[in-house]
Amino acid sequence: MANNPPVPPGGPKGKQTLREGVWGNNPIAIQVLGICSALAVTNKLANSLVMGGALIFVTAGSNLLVSLLRRHIPRRIRMIVEVGIIATFVILFDLFLKAFYFEMSKQLGPYVGLIITNCIVMGRAEAFALQNPPLLAIVDGAANGLGYAIVLAIIGLVRELLGTGKVFGLTVLSGQWYQPNQLMVLAPGAFIALGFLIAAFNLLKGPQAEPGKEAKP
Amino acid sequence: MNDAPNISAWVILIAAIFTNNILLSNFLGMCSFLVCSKRVPTAIGLGAAVIFVMTCTAALNWLINDYVLRPTGLMHLQFIIFIAVIAAFVQFVEMFIERFSPTLYHALGIFLPLITVNCAILGASLFMIVRNYTFGQAVAFGFGGAVGWALAIVLMAGLNQKLGYSDVPRPFRGVAIAMIITGVMAMTFMGFAGMVAIQ
Repeated sequence: MANNPPVPPGGPKGKQTLREGVWGNNPIAIQVLGICSALAVTNKLANSLVMGGALIFVTAGSNLLVSLLRRHIPRRIRMIVEVGIIATFVILFDLFLKAFYFEMSKQLGPYVGLIITNCIVMGRAEAFALQNPPLLAIVDGAANGLGYAIVLAIIGLVRELLGTGKVFGLTVLSGQWYQPNQLMVLAPGAFIALGFLIAAFNLLKGPQAEPGKEAKP
Repeated sequence: MNDAPNISAWVILIAAIFTNNILLSNFLGMCSFLVCSKRVPTAIGLGAAVIFVMTCTAALNWLINDYVLRPTGLMHLQFIIFIAVIAAFVQFVEMFIERFSPTLYHALGIFLPLITVNCAILGASLFMIVRNYTFGQAVAFGFGGAVGWALAIVLMAGLNQKLGYSDVPRPFRGVAIAMIITGVMAMTFMGFAGMVAIQ
């Protein structure tokens, strides 16, 4: 045991947890959680990245705290305790955003506050942090946040590119031969883009992923 | 502090149902929308619960925000207070349904507590604060938004029942096709856009 090569935080299980969160059990594409903000803030790539960052911070933080307190939280009121912990981290992030990136905070509007009700955060606290030691819980939270952030970045990129022909506000597809499709920036475009993304995930994962069964609460 | 927008509560009510549908244009409440839209009766039950909870919590949260949080300067605690109010309220509705309609209680099962984390409920409260609604406007917005949400989920449940008979390409089965249908539904609702508008 003593002369084993250095292992990533949380041991070999940590690595597996990381992979599960990002790919095998991706919160948006496979578990279909936290769709609301995935759709609302992804009309620009920059917004998507900030939101992804917020989620990594909140999920990792709340997972850590829930895991540390897991032996002290009474079972009956655990939901409200978890929500309280999550809300605390969201308020921290909201105040940080207001103080340092006011413009971004205005653009995201109420959607920062809505991280509280993002099922991913709650789901990880409930399903993972309550049963696992703190270090592993951080890895799991961060991995799920990361999986979420990656999907958000992809949707944000596709929508901004197709909708306005720009990436980060810089023109990529020139107006001469590309007619921007306004629909992608509007609400229906978000739904359709995510629909195709989930279908692509299903296709890549192959037939062993049972389509239609992944919609667990 | 900005002044309240000068719009009649009726306009807000209609706009919240059709043009600014909380689900189709603000993407709130997607999780339970996807999970509970398999059968029409379940959808109606959940829709009714959401209408009740959202109207009441919008009113409660407005009062708390205006009479407690604003005078004491605790506005940054909004999130945590709002979610606590909502959680307490959902608990109440759950006990109510369990007592008076056991059938509905079994149909909704574990989804009732999930209303707590239904983003639409918290979203309505946050939006009304951001937009500086008056009390009447806030209630109209909460009620209208919830009716719009219920309308969308019932429509979706109807479509989903039909979908059972259609041959969907394999990778699209399940959530993917549901998202695309929702997209098309959002497009049709955009047809109402000329009617009335709020922000």
